[in-house]
Amino acid sequence: MGQLLNIKDLEVVYQTKNIVVEAVNGINLSLGKKETLGLVGETGAGKTTMALSILKILPERTGKVIGGSIDFDGLPILDLNETEMRAIRGARISMIFQDPMTSLNPTLTVGEQVEEGIILHDTEYKTKVEVKSRVDEILELVGIEPSRKKCYPHEFSGGMKQRVVIAMALACSPEVLIADEPTTALDVTIQAQVLSMMDDLKEKLGMSMLLITHDLGVVAKICDYVAVMYAGEIIEYGTFEDFFINHKHHPYTKGLFGSIPNIRDRSKRLNPIEGLMPDPTNLPMGCKFHPRCKQCMEICKVKPPQIYVNGTHRVKCHLFEKQEVE
Amino acid sequence: MNPLIETKGLKKYFDVCGCKLHAVDQVDLTIEKGKTLGVVGESGCGKTTLGRTILGLTPATSGQVLYAGRDITNCTPRELKALRSEMQIIFQDPYSSINPRHRIGNIIGEPMRVNGIEKNAKRRKEKVLKLMAQVGLEKSLYDKYPHELDGGRRQRIGVARALSVEPKFIVCDEPVSALDVSIQAQILNLLMDLQEERGLTYLFITHDLSVVKHISDEIAVMYLGKCVERASSERLFEHPMHPYTKALLSAIPIPNAEARTIKTEVIKGELVSPIDPKPGCRFAARCPHAGALCTQGEVSLRELEPGHFVSCTLYTESEVLGASGIFGMSAMI
Repeated sequence: MGQLLNIKDLEVVYQTKNIVVEAVNGINLSLGKKETLGLVGETGAGKTTMALSILKILPERTGKVIGGSIDFDGLPILDLNETEMRAIRGARISMIFQDPMTSLNPTLTVGEQVEEGIILHDTEYKTKVEVKSRVDEILELVGIEPSRKKCYPHEFSGGMKQRVVIAMALACSPEVLIADEPTTALDVTIQAQVLSMMDDLKEKLGMSMLLITHDLGVVAKICDYVAVMYAGEIIEYGTFEDFFINHKHHPYTKGLFGSIPNIRDRSKRLNPIEGLMPDPTNLPMGCKFHPRCKQCMEICKVKPPQIYVNGTHRVKCHLFEKQEVE
Repeated sequence: MNPLIETKGLKKYFDVCGCKLHAVDQVDLTIEKGKTLGVVGESGCGKTTLGRTILGLTPATSGQVLYAGRDITNCTPRELKALRSEMQIIFQDPYSSINPRHRIGNIIGEPMRVNGIEKNAKRRKEKVLKLMAQVGLEKSLYDKYPHELDGGRRQRIGVARALSVEPKFIVCDEPVSALDVSIQAQILNLLMDLQEERGLTYLFITHDLSVVKHISDEIAVMYLGKCVERASSERLFEHPMHPYTKALLSAIPIPNAEARTIKTEVIKGELVSPIDPKPGCRFAARCPHAGALCTQGEVSLRELEPGHFVSCTLYTESEVLGASGIFGMSAMI
């Protein structure tokens, strides 16, 4: 298989003295070379937790991977030690964090922050001059004047800061880029700028991307594959066409589409999903979505659905049982 | 024509290091009774300041705000307090706009108490419970604290609190931007239901054009303190005229398959500083159609079709007069 990143039956919990939060419950995902996978879900669905476990940067005391495996280019990530992991983080897999305002160090200049990764990792840029020219090159790539590298983060606007964060992530030409809600904190026109830039860069640099977002519109713009997460599970997975051309979806995905105010749509009212995300310390029996599902059946309340496959399209819902028989 | 709120040449400047920050600059708006005006713009364009100035939370630098035909820009604190029970606001962030040390019942009941609408504690509780049922909060939450609730429920508290004094006009300052999509849709529907039931008038502030389409009758697009385009909701989406509105519309990612094939018109650059802005069109620095006319003098808001106001030099006076029909207009673009 030409897959670069394989996640199998991953289970992650957050543990404190009294409670156990089941954040990720048995996830299977794979990401091929030069592919872009969109991971969609609401707050608390476990999207970020999954991303953090790929890089092994879960909160040390509470976050624990309790099962499954992550395989990156033949390397079993979960079994690697810290030294081996440091060689991967930032160099081969890097991450863009959600909030550009807080993920930059306010006391270092932008240039120093981009440079840091290049110096720390074993890259082809050895001498000071080479490093400097690489910094200039990468800043130019994300659309920042290299002359501004002596500026501090507070001198930049939100969109520019996000560009700096992207430059940092790209500095060592990673094979996989994990982008955790890269445009959520930005205005629409700036979001459009950053998205089209990321799309170009992905092509230019030939990297794979895991794009975490709650916005199906962003997914439609740049992703090849889509996975929808709900309460720590992937409830639907498929190609771009499966999602945006076919109309057979998991009831939750349908709800997500219904909730988005569509500017093309003439209807006045939205069709939201009733209710709230389940409490991750006390997940419901059976299908985790059943208390909010409009098409809930008796079986949903007791038995967790299996995954029904139709070509590239995988759905975890009892409603799709018949389809597989056909 | 029965405008509940009207602003005339409303201006709000802030003093910043000896310079003037033009937060709201010459804004003329009217909101009919029972209707919703959506105000759209990016962060820093002055939409929140506009809402606060209309409510008198910050005094206007110049211009007028008329409430039901009466000038309220220079009223005394006593008059202003009386107005508070007619005009309310729902804040953006449901996490910081609610006092964490008060119980839910108390938070919703407080405006009734301070405005002397219901002094009897027992009757006030009844009213609060009724309000809570109306906005979809369970009775059992009456004695809970805000930290025990999620964002969607907290925003419902914000809505209930604003409604508690039975206002006629509510400024909704990005009430759904901090919420998840599925919850966002629930709150939008709630606001629309309440408007139908009570005949409320809204000023709905948001940065999200797709949200505003569903709730607004009329939309005003703001850019750096100025209103650059104003039209009915349908007309604006069907036929945007100002280059900035067009850019905003094309920047929205649409969740369907065709979206990928349409190339987004990315506008370059970012908001320029609103401190002592240069004369002329504020959008000129980023506008793909900018010409010499744009930076020479003030570009004013003109009515190009009935009810459709645009401030842009692309549409010249003679063409406007000639283009009585829509055909003339679209040919120009």
